[in-house]
Amino acid sequence: MNSRPLLDVRGLSHRFGRFRVLTDVSVRVMPGRLTALIGPNGAGKTTFYNCVSGRYVPTGGKVVFDGRDITGLPAHRVARLGLLRSFQITNIFPGLTVLENVLVPLTLRAGRGMRFWRAHHRDPALVERAEEILERLGLADQVGRRASELPYGDKRRIEIALVMALDPKLVLLDEPTAGMTPEETDRMIGLIRELAARSGITFFLTEHDMKVVFSVADHIYVLHQGRVLAQGSPDEIRGDPRVREAYLGGSLDP
Amino acid sequence: MGGGSRAWLGLGLLAGLALCPLVVPMYWVFILTEVLIMGLLAMSFNLLFGGAGLLSFGQASLFGVGAYGAALVLLHGPPSLGLAFAAGVGGAALVSLVIGYLCVRRDEIFFAMLTLGFGMMLFTVAHNWREVTGGSDGLSGFALPTLPVLGLSLFDPRVMYWFTLAVVAAGVGVLWRVHRSSFGLVLRASRENRERLAFVGASVARYRLAAFVVSGTLSGAAGVLFCLFNQMATPDVMHWAYSARPVLMAVLGGSTVFLGPAFGAAAFFALEQAVTSVTDSWMIVLGAVLIPVVLYFPEGILGTLVRWVSRPGRGDRE
Repeated sequence: MNSRPLLDVRGLSHRFGRFRVLTDVSVRVMPGRLTALIGPNGAGKTTFYNCVSGRYVPTGGKVVFDGRDITGLPAHRVARLGLLRSFQITNIFPGLTVLENVLVPLTLRAGRGMRFWRAHHRDPALVERAEEILERLGLADQVGRRASELPYGDKRRIEIALVMALDPKLVLLDEPTAGMTPEETDRMIGLIRELAARSGITFFLTEHDMKVVFSVADHIYVLHQGRVLAQGSPDEIRGDPRVREAYLGGSLDP
Repeated sequence: MGGGSRAWLGLGLLAGLALCPLVVPMYWVFILTEVLIMGLLAMSFNLLFGGAGLLSFGQASLFGVGAYGAALVLLHGPPSLGLAFAAGVGGAALVSLVIGYLCVRRDEIFFAMLTLGFGMMLFTVAHNWREVTGGSDGLSGFALPTLPVLGLSLFDPRVMYWFTLAVVAAGVGVLWRVHRSSFGLVLRASRENRERLAFVGASVARYRLAAFVVSGTLSGAAGVLFCLFNQMATPDVMHWAYSARPVLMAVLGGSTVFLGPAFGAAAFFALEQAVTSVTDSWMIVLGAVLIPVVLYFPEGILGTLVRWVSRPGRGDRE
């Protein structure tokens, strides 16, 4: 396995005005290794993602992706390099059909977004690829429906489909099972496991649900009050007294 | 509706419009010409409004740039139709590139206010720069060019109508291709969720700017037609109140269906004709029609009709 980290975040700090949200956070994600970032509410997980994915420009530190310094690059440039994120809340194109949702990133990736003349549905290679992705995510029978009409769990899978369509190297999943029913959660865990094992994509997720984290992650970082409190394998994290204290005990047990 | 039947519908509509001057009285030929011109303005406006979710409140100023560009050429240059179009359409494209560049980075009300502001500035230029634009009198007193090859004079209202129909049909054809293109898809995605679009790798501002230029250019073409039709260019068409027209037409006809704004333009003029024969205060009636449309039929007249006819639950209707 490649020994160079795919994502190397060094001493990341971010503040809103005088309020420090992140202080000297260093995180490494090795390729092919399912890494998770956990922490109590308000620990700074989402801010961390926003700094890494280009939504915020961090006030300090460096973000290196695939050997390249991407600190402060805008979101669309970061995305083009192969670092993508999914969102905590459903974030799709509600008024477009399921197929069109996936065609948007495929069109952009193929560099065909500025084609003014040719009809988008007459691009068989892209339509085929879109159908393939939707098939894989179990959405094949929904292609012609308006995305806004689908149930919650399906919308979340469209979210994953949008990410998959871009052939990413690294995907940041921000609480992928938030708000899901237990069945939907199990299905999502299965999907993440399968994709991590077979698609060649590296996943980095934040999660609230400890059950999810301990069942999928290979390596865990714990964020507490904007700092990395601990890191290690799921077993090491489970046994770490500092982590237990941060979570006020109990809730770490699945 | 399948692609084939849609093409037939379009051709049928075009043929019907082409036959109109042979059957309707001359007065209505004038009205229909104006409907077509306003239809193109409203449809080009809707590329931004319905397509990208951007409310431009300065569309009339680009329409005016087209009109003044053509008038300046016809007044000072050779009586060439091609040159008049080149000046009007080219001028509008250039101005929309500059204005668009400065506006597309803002959303919603801020975008609307910026376009309104630029519209007011352009109106003031047209109104106050007397030496070039003729001030509040505008530019007139130029001869109308003849149609190349055919040699027909645009002074004949029927020739003017058919010429307008040809240009408007071409403009609507361009909008249709753009609407259905890969670019059109990405543009609709930017309307649906601009932030998500950025996160799948698109520079939203770039797509919006391209749409702004296409829209402004076609509005400029409508302005050239308006200048030829009226044989003058006046500053009132650049006033911000005039920019409300394409907005009203798009809302009235329906911004979610392709031909909705053109339909809205027709409804607008039909209503105006019907009401002004009775009372001068026709805007009261327009308001009285618009309010229930917005409240109860937000998809507009044509949008609502299409929804009743077609199956529910599809993506974007066309």
